[in-house]
Order: sequence, then C-alpha cells, then structure tokens
Amino acid sequence: MTSVPGSAPPTSPAGRHKPHATRSQRAAAERTMRTLRRRRLINRVMVGVMYLAALLAILPLILILFHLVREGASSLSLDFFIRMPAPVGEAGGGMANAIVGTLVLVGLASAIGLPVGIGAGLYLAEHRRSRLALVTRFLSDVLNGLPSIVMGIFAWQFLVRPMGGFSAYSAGVALGAMMIPLVTRSTEEMIRLVPVSLREAALALGFSRARTSLTIVLRTALPGIVTGSLVAVARIAGETAPLLFTAFGNQFWSIALDEPIDALPLRIFYYATSPYDDWRALAWAGALVLIGIVLVISIIARYATRARHGLGGD
Amino acid sequence: MALAETDRRLVRLTGRTASGPADPGKEETRVAVRGLNAFYGSTQVVRDVSVDFHAHEVTAVIGPSGCGKSTMLRCLNRMHETAPDTRVSGCVELDGRDIYGRDVSAISIRRHVGMVFQRPTPFPTMSIRDNVGAGLRVLPGGMPARGEVDVIVERALRSAALWDEVKDRLSDNATGLSGGQQQRLCIARALATSPRVLLLDEPTASLDPISTQAIEELVYELRREVTVVIVTHNMQQAARVSDRTAFMLSGELVEVAPSSVLFTNPGDARTEDYITGRFG
Amino acid sequence: MSVDPGADSTPSPVTPIRGDGPKVSGQNFGDRIYRWTITAFALCIPLLLLLIAVEIGSAGWPTFREHGISFLFLSTWDPNSGQYGVLPAIYGTLISSLLAILLATPLALGVAIFLSEFAPAWLRTPVAFLVDLLAAIPSVIYGLWGIFFLIPLLRDHVAPAIKSLPVIGALPIFAGPAYGNSLLAAVLILTIMILPYTSSVAREVLLAVPRSQREAALALGATRWETIRDAVVPYAKSGIVGGVILGLGRAIGETMAVTMLIGNVAQIKASLFAPAYTMAALIANEFSEASGPHLSALMAVGSALFLITIAVNGIARWLVWRVSREGAA
Repeated sequence: MTSVPGSAPPTSPAGRHKPHATRSQRAAAERTMRTLRRRRLINRVMVGVMYLAALLAILPLILILFHLVREGASSLSLDFFIRMPAPVGEAGGGMANAIVGTLVLVGLASAIGLPVGIGAGLYLAEHRRSRLALVTRFLSDVLNGLPSIVMGIFAWQFLVRPMGGFSAYSAGVALGAMMIPLVTRSTEEMIRLVPVSLREAALALGFSRARTSLTIVLRTALPGIVTGSLVAVARIAGETAPLLFTAFGNQFWSIALDEPIDALPLRIFYYATSPYDDWRALAWAGALVLIGIVLVISIIARYATRARHGLGGD
Repeated sequence: MALAETDRRLVRLTGRTASGPADPGKEETRVAVRGLNAFYGSTQVVRDVSVDFHAHEVTAVIGPSGCGKSTMLRCLNRMHETAPDTRVSGCVELDGRDIYGRDVSAISIRRHVGMVFQRPTPFPTMSIRDNVGAGLRVLPGGMPARGEVDVIVERALRSAALWDEVKDRLSDNATGLSGGQQQRLCIARALATSPRVLLLDEPTASLDPISTQAIEELVYELRREVTVVIVTHNMQQAARVSDRTAFMLSGELVEVAPSSVLFTNPGDARTEDYITGRFG
Repeated sequence: MSVDPGADSTPSPVTPIRGDGPKVSGQNFGDRIYRWTITAFALCIPLLLLLIAVEIGSAGWPTFREHGISFLFLSTWDPNSGQYGVLPAIYGTLISSLLAILLATPLALGVAIFLSEFAPAWLRTPVAFLVDLLAAIPSVIYGLWGIFFLIPLLRDHVAPAIKSLPVIGALPIFAGPAYGNSLLAAVLILTIMILPYTSSVAREVLLAVPRSQREAALALGATRWETIRDAVVPYAKSGIVGGVILGLGRAIGETMAVTMLIGNVAQIKASLFAPAYTMAALIANEFSEASGPHLSALMAVGSALFLITIAVNGIARWLVWRVSREGAA
C-alpha cells in the first residue's frame, strides 16, 4: 500500500536554474511554486487542526476537574469522612460507610481478580501458542469489553437471587470478574518483557520450571504487574453499574459481607439523581473523593512503571 | 547427601594450588557424546556427533555460525529440550551415566553441568551475594546455612577472579556491575554449586577486549577445578584457552584434536579451509 | 512477532525420544502442580464467560420463547400492560453510539496524529497522560458532571441558539422542547468517554507504521500532512477502524452516565433534543423493581447487549490483530 501523494506530484523547481529558460518553462515553474505554497499552507493549517484536536480532547478533563474541585471542595470536611449519611433535610452528614464500603469491595474484588488474573497471565506468557492460550486471550478481551451492567445482572442472577438478598460478596464477585481480564493482559505483557536469557540462566542452574517462573521471572516482572494491578483497581473502584443490584447500597454502617454494603460510586449516583440540594452537594464532595482515590492510584501506577528498575543487565 | 558432596568438591576447589593441574598423562573422560542428533521442529541441527570431553581440560568447539555448535552444547546439560518443538536422540554420558536415561531428571543434570551464556544474565532482583548463591537454594538438601553460604560465595567469587572487585559491595544489586564483571559473576554463580562440567556459550561475544582477556585468563585457570567446554566463533580465542578443539560444520563434527595440532596441522581439508579463512 | 524459543515452556509436542526425567521426582511433581494451577486459572476466563452467558441467557429465555426474536422489533415498552418491545432502546443505543463515534473519531484521530507525528517531545507525554486520564474517570462522575454542567448548558444556551438559527433551527433533528436530558446530552458525554479508547488504539497503530513508509513519502517531496494523509493513515487504516469499533463497543455498553443524561423515555424520535433510552439504561433503571416476565424481558435485553458487544469487540480485535500481524511480517 505504498500510495504516493498523487494529488501533488513531486516537482522540482529546476526550471529556475536554467540560464535560458523559455517563457513556458518559467510559467510552469511559477505554477509549481504556487501549488507548493498552497500545499505548505494546507500543511500548516492541518498542523493547527491537530493541535486544536488535542486541546479539544483535554478541555472536558479540565472542565470536569475544575467543576469537581469548585463544587466538591465546599462540602468536603472532616465530617464527610467520619460521619454517616444524614436523613433528608438534616444538614451535614458524611459518607464514612460508603468510603469504607468501597475499600471492602475493592479488597474482595482484588482477592478474586489478582490471583486469577496473574495466574492466567502466567499461563498465557508461558504457553503462548497453545490452543487454550489463543482462546483465553481472545475471551479475555471479550470479557474486558463486556458492559458492566451485564456483569451486574449476572452477579444478581448467579449469587443474589439464590442467596435471597443483596450482599457485599456478590458485588465483590462482579468487580473481581471485571478485574480479571485487565490483570491477565498486563501480567502477560510484563512477563513477556523478561528476557528469555534470564529464564534459561535459571533453568541452567538447576531451577525447576515452576521455581524459575515464580522466583525469577515473576519476581523480575513484579513491578510491572503491580502497576497493572493498580490500574485495574483504579478502574473497578469507580464502577457503579455492577453494584446497583449486588451491593445495592446501605444508609447504615455495615461491613458484613452477606449484607448490602454502601459504596462511594453508588452513594454519588443516588445523591446526584436526588432532588435535594444538600444531597447533591454531598454527591460532588463524594465525586471529588472518588476521583482523588482513582487519580492517586493511577499516578502511583504510572510512577511505579517509571521507577521500575531495568530488567536486563544491559 | 549432596551437601557433603558439595563440600568435598569445594575442598578441592580451594586446594587448587596444592593439587595443581591433573596428571597430563592420564586422560579421564568426563563427558562422552555418542551419536547425538538434535532437532528444531523438523530441522536437524546436530548430526550424529560423537566426541569425548576430558576431565581437567578445556575443549573449544569452533565452526561457522549455524553449524550447530551451540545446540550441541545445549544438549550436554539438557537445555535444548527447554525450547518448544525440539528433539534429541543419541547418548550423552556424564561420568559413565546417560544423562538422557529414563530415571534421570534434567534438573539434577543441570546442577552438575553448569552453563554460562553469550550475554551476562545476572538476576536483576538479586544482590551480588544472592546471585552467586542462587543455585544453592535449589540443591536437593535445601539451602545451606548462612555461614556456609558466605564461604561458598567467597570461594566461587575467588574462582571467578571477581572477589577483590566486589567483596565490599556484596549486597549491592548485580545489575550495577560492568558487562565483564556480570559475566564473571555468572561464572561464579555456575561454579558455586561445584559442577563437574562448565559449559560456556560464546561467553565473550558481548564483551569488550579487556573484559574478554579477563574471561580468557579465567577459563585457562578453571581447568584445574572443572571440565570446561567453550563454544566460540573466535579461532584465536580457541587456540589461546583450550587444550583440545573440536571443529563442527553443518551439524557434523569434522574433527577433534589437541588445539596445537588442529590449528597447525589439521587432519581434514574442511578444517584447513576454515582455519585459513577460506570460508565462514 | 519475534520467535524466542525459551519463553514458551510448553512441553514440546514432539517429546524427546528419551523420557523427560523421572515421573516421581519431587521437582517434576512441583512443576506439574504449577502447570495445573496456571492452566486452571487460564480456564477460569472461558468458564466465567460461559457461566455469564448461561446465567443471563437462561433467565432471559422465557421472553425469547414467548415472543421469539420479534420482541427486538416491537416499539412499545410498557411493563404494566405486559408489552416488552425493545426497539426504542435498541434504537437509542445504536443512534447514541453511532453519533458519538461520528464525533469522537475525527477528534481521536486528530489527537493520535498529533501525539504520534506533530507533538514536540515535551508535550507528548503530558498530553497522552491527560487523554488517558479521561478513561480513568468513573462513569458516575461523567454523569454527575453532565447533570450539573452539560445539561444546563444545552438547555439554556446551546438549544436556544440552535433553534434561533434560520433553516437549521427548523430541522426535525432539532424539533421539540429542549429539557436538557436528551439524546444529545448522552451523545456528547459518550463522545468524551470513548475518545481515549479510540485515540490510544489509533496512536498505537500509527506508531507501528514503519519509518520507511514515512520517509518514502517525505523523500518524494510530500509535506508532513500529505505524508500522513497519503502514506501513514492508509497504512494504519484497518487498525484505526479497529480502534473506532472498540470505542463503539464501549459506547454501546456504557450505563451510568447515559442513564443519568438520556432522559429514559422509551420512544423513537428524530430530535436530538428529545429524551430517549438505551438498553443498558433500561436495565439499570427497571431491574430492581422488576419481577416475572418483566425481569425475564430485562434479562433478554441483557443477553442481546451481551451478544452485540461480543460481536463488536470480536470484530475490533480482529482488525487490530490483523494490522499488528501485518506490521510484524
């Protein structure tokens, strides 16, 4: 597909240099210069358009962060972190239970998503071309693209319905299932970055395959895997849809795993769609805290990648 | 107990000045290769190779690239089979025992036959001390006690002529060493478990001339402790460090002879063509 | 793809002629446990997907059995009278996603080209980071921001301005009162949300275009823009399309932000200012109160959503995979 700029034939203005250029040659050279000028202009305009596109893409982010800080900061106080939601009409109140609930859910999800994801990632990296690897790799992408609401109704049908009630662990399962493909993919990529020579060196020392994989390869790839896991945690920490019919939300303090549990994104959703002004203000504060958590995790993850010490000796 | 075995060998390791080189008159065969074939998929890269590697000698394996010399080397500690879609047939005996025998585990063979690769491969997450001691962790009797490990690490580093350079920073990360030091570290790591044979796969290919010289001198010294097989594409190197040299071409062993003979008066016309630079 | 033999430690299909060591040795036993364990973890992924399909499919089965595939094409959704026509939700899902793709694609392509071709080195990393950050913002926060910023903006400023325009203001796509909660609001929020996905895939495939491709065009005297238009983008085209479809998959499945902004009325209206519904929003809104046939109908909607996103993602992955394979060859 070596298509060449056909619309603008590459012409050299050689005519100018000839001492006795004819009139028509001169005219041709003139035309060439004119199209060249036009092409240069188009080039400059398009470069400008690209800059504009980048600016336009970042604009919403800046607006969202600006509004979050402006609206959320005023409702943010110590009370927000240590108090429970207040009844309608009563001023104040916080989201202590939602913050703790989110931490509980993230912990539950990690307990499922990290081992399965890292294990599957190890398998994919070590059995790269086996049939199961090809199928799993593709289905992991499919799972990654599955709408979160579908994951929510699955967890409801699979756990909430048979158990007869909303529960923290059903939400943990839904979120954990969402983590699996993210952790799998990043684990596989990070393990593939470990040079083959390192694996061979360990095998040549008399390490078993299991030991080579776990103590040398996995250990070497660990910083990258931690980064990938953090990114996955950051993503599921803000998920709302899978929690609607599983964790359900809870106005009261509860960290029991078989009871409905509150979560920051759920509380934000309920408050944002409520008709009460003070609840809406709290929704902004909650959103500010949530995005703070997500951004801090994302930035730590990014920093961890960069600080990762070199893989090879070279 | 393997640990006792280790210690017995370490005594010999340290007592090297006393014992001196092995009796040159007696040729003890450490590794005997008989009718070895090796394949990648359906491609045969080693064809019916038979050769002896003698104890306390350095044997160099030379030949043009792609002649199967590295693959042959990787068959001596059963590393060839770790790559996918590979196959080995024939017989490799270590001190009279077939390493491809039915009841022999590849892992135990690799503990007795150490290997160092083209590029240095220090474990990046480990300190210098832990790198050298890495092989000790997987000994069948478990990791020796800390004090013992320190002794073994020091002996191995001394054998690899690296002790004086790193003795004050044993806890530092191994990736901080220079390329030549890293390669000597890998040799020390391979020596720490007191292998009977040390395989070197073009150990100086990625190093500068000064580091190369240090490794060559080391290899020359190592023959007192261990049987060395070194694959190299550098004929001068082979002539400098080895007692005997084997020449391979297109997967076949053309000839093996004392280095002084092979490089001055080769028995095969193809060897002569190669060492006089007519091809390869 | 480079072939490095040692990384794949599968037991070779052609076993060595001699046995692979003792079958009872402790180390090999450990290896076997390790292999079983990671294989089991890898099997979790297909099994999980199968479980999801079975659970949701069986719950939605009564609806499929009773109404057949036709319920996908009926346009009245009224649980109270037992009418479960999903067409308005399907229409809303497709229209909102397609419009969002239409808006996001040029923007995402622009960002990707900017980052891979034009951006000065010092701008590249921060801009890429900020665009990626858009993907990290939770959906519910987009919804919140949409409710309190985007909707008032549309209702009070954008809609009146458009309606006052001659001819354009009278077009059917701008007809009817503008309450704010509308298809347009959902489209705009979706545009922002899928932008980072499409642009990061596009950037990846643009960076995978070989240097020689660019240099050949530049050497012929093409300007940088001409090089990109005629040599770089065509080369990466199928990968870019993959990225766009990946974004489409995201948009189709997006739930919270759309639920909070689209107005949630099951109707098919041409106007962008009219409220609409999507499949995901339908489930999110009605699931907790549903039971019996209503619940089954929602599960059937979930199954349809599941199938659509699998198809869309499958196509996208295939396209991206094809480019990366060509790039490697």
